[in-house]
Amino acid sequence: MTVAAETGSLTRAITVTVNGEARSAEVENRLLLVHFLRQTLGLTGTHVGCDTTSCGACTVLLDGTPVKSCTVFAVSVEGREVTTVEGLAPAGGLHPVQEGFHEEHGLQCGFCTPGMMLASAALLAENPDPSEEEIRWALSGNICRCTGYQNIVKAVQHAGAKLREGS
Amino acid sequence: MAVSEDRVVRGIGHSVKRFEDGRFIRGRGNYVDDIVLPRMLHLEFLRSPLAHARIRSIDTSAAEAVPGVVAVVTGELLAQHSLAWMPTLSGDTQAVLATDKVRFQGQEVAAVIAESAYVAKDATELIDVDYEPLPPVTSPQQALAEGAPVIRDDKEGKDSNHIYSWEAGDAAATEQAFAEADQVVELETFYPRCHPAPLECCGCVADVDPATGKATIYMTSQAPHAHRTLFALVAGLPEHKIRIVSPDIGGGFGNKVPIYPGYVVATAASLLLGQPVKWIEDRTGNLISTGFARDYHMRGELAVKDGRMTGLRVNMLSDNGAFFADAQPTRCKAGLFHIVTGSYDIPAAHVQTEGAYTNKAPGGVAYRCSFRVTEASYLIERLVQTAAYELGEDPVEFRRRNFVRPDQFPYKSATGFTYDSGDYEGALDLALEKLGYADLRREQAEARERGELIGIGVATFTEVVGAGHGAEYDIAGLRMNDGAELRIHPTGKAVLKLSVKSQGQGHETTFAQIVAEELGLQPEDVEVQEGDTDHTPYGLGTYASRSTPVSGAATSMVARKIRKKAQKIAAHLLEASEDDLEWSSGRFSVKGAPEKSTTIQDIAFAAYTNIPEGMEGGLEGVHYYDPPNMTYPFGAYAVVVEIDRGTGQWKVRKVVAVDDCGVRINPMIVEGQIMGGLTEGFAIAAMELIDFDEDGNCIGANLMDYLIPTSWETPAFDLGMTETPSPHHPLGAKGVGESATVGAPAAFVNAVVDALAHAGVRNLEMPVTPDKVWVALQEAGLGG
Amino acid sequence: MYPARFEYHAPTSVDEALALLERYGDEGKVLAGGQSLIPLMKLRFASPGALVDVNRIQGLDTLEEGPEGLTIGPLVRHRDCERSQTLRGRYGVLADAAPQISDPIVRNLGTVAGSLAHADPQGDWGSALLAAGAEVEATGPSGTRTIGLDDLFQGPFTTSLEPTELVTAVRVPDPGPRAGGTYLKLERKVGDFATVGVAVHVSFANGTVGRAGIALTAVGPRSIRATAAEEALAGATLDDDTIRHAAELAAQAAEPRSDHRGTADYKRSVVRVFTERGLRKAAAAAREEER
Repeated sequence: MTVAAETGSLTRAITVTVNGEARSAEVENRLLLVHFLRQTLGLTGTHVGCDTTSCGACTVLLDGTPVKSCTVFAVSVEGREVTTVEGLAPAGGLHPVQEGFHEEHGLQCGFCTPGMMLASAALLAENPDPSEEEIRWALSGNICRCTGYQNIVKAVQHAGAKLREGS
Repeated sequence: MAVSEDRVVRGIGHSVKRFEDGRFIRGRGNYVDDIVLPRMLHLEFLRSPLAHARIRSIDTSAAEAVPGVVAVVTGELLAQHSLAWMPTLSGDTQAVLATDKVRFQGQEVAAVIAESAYVAKDATELIDVDYEPLPPVTSPQQALAEGAPVIRDDKEGKDSNHIYSWEAGDAAATEQAFAEADQVVELETFYPRCHPAPLECCGCVADVDPATGKATIYMTSQAPHAHRTLFALVAGLPEHKIRIVSPDIGGGFGNKVPIYPGYVVATAASLLLGQPVKWIEDRTGNLISTGFARDYHMRGELAVKDGRMTGLRVNMLSDNGAFFADAQPTRCKAGLFHIVTGSYDIPAAHVQTEGAYTNKAPGGVAYRCSFRVTEASYLIERLVQTAAYELGEDPVEFRRRNFVRPDQFPYKSATGFTYDSGDYEGALDLALEKLGYADLRREQAEARERGELIGIGVATFTEVVGAGHGAEYDIAGLRMNDGAELRIHPTGKAVLKLSVKSQGQGHETTFAQIVAEELGLQPEDVEVQEGDTDHTPYGLGTYASRSTPVSGAATSMVARKIRKKAQKIAAHLLEASEDDLEWSSGRFSVKGAPEKSTTIQDIAFAAYTNIPEGMEGGLEGVHYYDPPNMTYPFGAYAVVVEIDRGTGQWKVRKVVAVDDCGVRINPMIVEGQIMGGLTEGFAIAAMELIDFDEDGNCIGANLMDYLIPTSWETPAFDLGMTETPSPHHPLGAKGVGESATVGAPAAFVNAVVDALAHAGVRNLEMPVTPDKVWVALQEAGLGG
Repeated sequence: MYPARFEYHAPTSVDEALALLERYGDEGKVLAGGQSLIPLMKLRFASPGALVDVNRIQGLDTLEEGPEGLTIGPLVRHRDCERSQTLRGRYGVLADAAPQISDPIVRNLGTVAGSLAHADPQGDWGSALLAAGAEVEATGPSGTRTIGLDDLFQGPFTTSLEPTELVTAVRVPDPGPRAGGTYLKLERKVGDFATVGVAVHVSFANGTVGRAGIALTAVGPRSIRATAAEEALAGATLDDDTIRHAAELAAQAAEPRSDHRGTADYKRSVVRVFTERGLRKAAAAAREEER
């Protein structure tokens, strides 16, 4: 078995579909996905809150599944689909989760909000009518320092109701 | 005629949905790390691995040789520009980059400036520092012991680690009360070091323009104007050539009040290199080097006579870390701790505090608290419960008998505060009713029979917020006043500029509602601007729950000034005498002839198009508010917990929180603040802790070790309210941002202690972790 | 926090991955879920010269039950186990462990095999799979070998895997028709490592215990099997006395150290309490299976 890849290279050309659009760049192997999004692509809605995969501020959807983008290398998502907060809303509108967070005062400083909303959207895609306990469980990988979570629970319930209405 | 819906001005008391949400839910916030400037460089620190060591030498040559590295900054280089040390908010000095010694683990030793943060980080690993380890001092008791190593040998003539002694109240009267007491109850407790840890760490982008000499510093600042003045004083830059821009802030909770070495080094580097420099702290840097909170060793004694509290004596020892950098009013070395008599009518009190240097991070900030009020509230609420047990009385009844009564306001406390207003029993009654207190006490007794442990904890706190009066309260000499500048445009839309700075509190909505209330505009017609020192009026910023008490009042006052002018213009438009006009809901009308009226929008247009002869044009004003007194929000919190006798884990079954913060401007936002504060209070009681081992290594240096509760651990909250307006605030508002963090820790700890109290347990130290509860269960013979 | 530079390869076959691992030797590291490795690299506690990302190799993500038991592919994520119906019931120790690992988002990427290879004494899979009697299939340049978990774990973050080997499957033996188990974890919050974890996995035959597996998390330098407790249970009726005795033996098997999570005495006591609770739950689960 021969190894095709060139040896010694510290960079790689990647193409990633971000919010529905193919984005290509030559990146360092070590570039974290969150920095690819924020720095290479200028999508600064995804935030960094810790270094240890603890806070979830950097949560994005990878092929629809929430992942912490500070703990994924950009080179690893070559050819895959990433959704960030900038891609959550349909053109000119808002995703029901965005509406829910606004209506129920589910955000204060806004720093955890993008990650929190993406984790919420993924939950609702699987379970459009989650109980309070299911919501608290599904969001327990995302830290919010401001709200105390109660209004976030309401926001997700609000969005769930909206989604069920629409379906 | 019914008032149509669109004529209802959504001013005070309306839960207006937040205007700021629009950008945040779309990922269009603008936080410091989102700012990218042309030719921008990146700064990464090398931090000390040791708590106490002399620096023999620093070799930066290998780091400088890394491709992409532009400069390596050391304390020696800064010293050449007299920038190696900077003043703190408490009048001490703090090393910007270490020169002689490192004094805590994580202290900034050198900074690499490079074309990318990745490269800067690579290069920090190549800096070679030769340290001579010195014995670390890891507690204030150790610091003040005979023969302790002197941490601050940089200070001339400093031969001990003692920082200050401070007292409040009347020692003699207190002695007298204790001499006459039936019973004396004691509680010795430690409020441990914790950290505000906002989700966004600190950072800045410093951009010193070599052509104009203007320094624009985008930074995570809760107090941009104060920071600009301090920058001018520290760096010797002319103040009009400094512009601080505090963009969207991802939470502050006090962490973003001090000035940190990162801001100074980035600015110095930008000045020297002629390029913008970005410094973004990582989480470890945030937790181990920036403003911590608390770290107070407290001993409280309560004198009781005939079931009444007659005297309170408190002795404290404060661990201030390596530099005395507390953020607090100048004359108050222990902040506003002397609010420690709380909600109780205690005729005599005396507080004595000593401060000590240790080999720990500096910066005793008030983590969601108005200058040490949390420590005070915790001590008295824990002590009161202890006293009730010792007297064989229900803690609720003991509190009730000793409250300051409504007819005693304004109430002068034994330590010198004048409480503005309160109805403590009213809040307590509501909380107990919502909780079902009597039933729960019965259930608790029955559960004990079955060997199950339930605890009910109460805290009836009073806090003091909204500093100052400026003559009494200043920070670094700057009077604690705040400004508001309001301009009404010709089409009746307004811009309000404030000296405070939201970090999530919803100022863009709340303050628009104040203008709405005062002028009859809809709140969405008012844009609120903050954070840019070139474009907002001067003031001391947002912390200590002071935005609504101070800038909120300033907003009211400036709006009223404008209404006065509007009345003159209305008289001109209506061809009536000013005195014949009456104001309601955004319009002036002629008394007795309501059909003759003009709206604020018409008046605004006239201000630019049709003013009376001799009147100055425009419709705008500015007001600087100096509060006549502070405000005293209060509340009653009650918590029910269940204990797992096998593991010591405790589970919260119910939380009731009744708050009285005076008049609520936006009830939705107020409740949001309370729930956030309750969560942080729960977190401090249950898990948050910055600890150190005997070598001074920080335990709690990342979010795997510094535990912040998630949605799963955080209990649900049942909120209630009473409303006792502040008599001296123009709107009757008191401020609410910190109430819940002040009141909650004692309620949670009281609940856990209450579950074990029948077996003689009186105290558990925060954070009340399962292992501590387990030990208490074993000692009390309750192990399962 | 930024990791150091490394070379990166994303092979599409096991053979290609093995060739890369052989080329890099000690300098190479397998990247599967990355949820332990990448944080270590960001903190620069680990700086491998090259990463071999196995996520593009097809067919490694199957979780299936056969007559011999379970086969867990090396790219099976914690999330897959959490949602697997197969793991409910007789493999309850695994079903209960899965949702207690880290947090829901980390579970979407982290893998079972990666956890075992990481060999964190605070890792939950180590003791859960130890209790279940699992073994790993390791494939290297000289072929495939099977390693029991007892032999896999050598100490903190140390395994008997060669740097040139890849875990190609985790196998869990069929526990027989009536079995039950659970995993109890004391954590300070979601996302925390265990202060103490106890895995219990019991097969029943004719009303008595057949095989019993009890393993402990975070109370020693590696995941610990409480063998004396297991032996005391084998062949016994699961009554109160037996349970209490086994729990005592499990507590004795623990080698906890005092730290900021609690004293050694405390942790040992929690092992006893959890073993008791776990055995009661296992017995109840097996009765449930029987119905």
